[in-house]
Amino acid sequence: MMNRMIKGVIGAAALGAMAFTASLAQADALDNIKAAGVLKVGVKADYKPYGFLDSSGAIIGLEPDLAQDVADRLGVKVEFVPVVSSNRMQFLEQGKIDLMIATMTDRPDRREVVLIPDPNYYSSGTNVLARKEFGLMTWEDLRGKPVCGIQGAFYNKKTGQEFGADIVAFKGTAEAYAALQQGNCVAFVYDDSALVAKLNEPEFAEYEMPLPTIDDAPWGLAVQKGETAFAEFMSQTVTDWHKTGKILELETKWGVANTPFAKAMHDKYK
Amino acid sequence: MELVYEWFRELYQTTGINLPFIYDSYDRGRLIDGFLTTVELSLICLFFSVVIGIIGAWLQGSSFTWTRRIVNGYIQLFRNTPPLVQLYFFYFAIGSMLPRVETEWGGQAPMLGSFAWAVISLSFFAGAFNVEIFRSGIEAVPKSTVEAAESLGFSRFQIYRDVTLPLAIRVVLPSLNNNLVNLVKTTTLAYAIAVPEMLYESAQIWSDNVNVPEMMIFLLIAYFVLVGILVWGMNRWERALKIPGFGS
Repeated sequence: MMNRMIKGVIGAAALGAMAFTASLAQADALDNIKAAGVLKVGVKADYKPYGFLDSSGAIIGLEPDLAQDVADRLGVKVEFVPVVSSNRMQFLEQGKIDLMIATMTDRPDRREVVLIPDPNYYSSGTNVLARKEFGLMTWEDLRGKPVCGIQGAFYNKKTGQEFGADIVAFKGTAEAYAALQQGNCVAFVYDDSALVAKLNEPEFAEYEMPLPTIDDAPWGLAVQKGETAFAEFMSQTVTDWHKTGKILELETKWGVANTPFAKAMHDKYK
Repeated sequence: MELVYEWFRELYQTTGINLPFIYDSYDRGRLIDGFLTTVELSLICLFFSVVIGIIGAWLQGSSFTWTRRIVNGYIQLFRNTPPLVQLYFFYFAIGSMLPRVETEWGGQAPMLGSFAWAVISLSFFAGAFNVEIFRSGIEAVPKSTVEAAESLGFSRFQIYRDVTLPLAIRVVLPSLNNNLVNLVKTTTLAYAIAVPEMLYESAQIWSDNVNVPEMMIFLLIAYFVLVGILVWGMNRWERALKIPGFGS
């Protein structure tokens, strides 16, 4: 028993060492991608319209379109790897994907783990979804009223403490949307990028996203730490996206109202 | 009081033990509200579940077949389904079918909110068990005692109220105690339909402050104390009701 355990440990150590040398031996991600002819991109598959599944099960959306554009520029084929928030950085570190475009908020602690090229390609913040007839104008209008939320979201406290709303938080988005539609709360406070997509659904035709977005935070795409050449290439690509208005174009294609961030970036690099 | 808050803030800075529900006025308010909601929800559900138990057990002894069938159907339905599923069912399925009322902000809300549904659901859930618990007590009352009361001209209701039930309560107290303890613990499920009880508020606090271990320890102690008070009260009641020579 003990013997087997020791062997297991040695085996694991050897594997780790091999993986380490492999990553050292890796000359340059750009060369490898071109040699393989495939760009593996980690995207979301559950975040409509930024990355989701169509009826045939293929991953489509705004971010897959961006990934396709990167592949076209490199002259290779694209392969989508579905990721979720809890594993996206690990997939990149382990080399399962070459590039990650997965609705990730750009934060300093994340920059320690992966390489996020500047400028940021997108951004999102906090807003609410509410029936048009309530005529909400400012965050202060929520004072003393029940507002649906998601348990564990960081903006619940802010909405409750600063704006005086009574947060009614549910486990998942499905329950929160159901409670909102049933009239259990006046609004649903959530990530504006997700709410935008809801507004396109026919059953939310009577709803709006009326408040100014707060806590706007930029999104970053990422490559493996140390891949400076690839990062440089991605910097140029993102700059080009903003310059040509590609992001604005894709927003329109996927039914998202042009976001202030995308407009500002387009104006900046135009 | 300020000194105490300061001490706990100091504790966080020096040791990393973060108890914001003591020093942060917003978190403190939330947790106190949560605690009071838990106590309120527990007391209301305790009361109604016992009432349902007593009435249900009486109806079970009814001479009408259909009354007995309905009571048994209720017991089967509520005892054989998970309480969390019941809460979701009441809140999202039944709640959406109810007539709507005008809310103060000009919207249309279902007649009953999450707290009311939690009371209804949990009372009926625990009540189903209580009916069976009271039945066990009623069946433990010697038939000769009931016959003696009948021969004295007592009606069926009088016998239940004055003879069977007082004796039955003494028999059922230990198992009733068990079920009521369970009920208090089950109130945490109301978290799922956003009743702001203690677990719900704690979850908000630990996701804002990332102090999960501290909150878990606090919750365990808080529920231990809360249920401990109930058990202590029930045990006292059990002793007070004791009749020498009856039961144990």
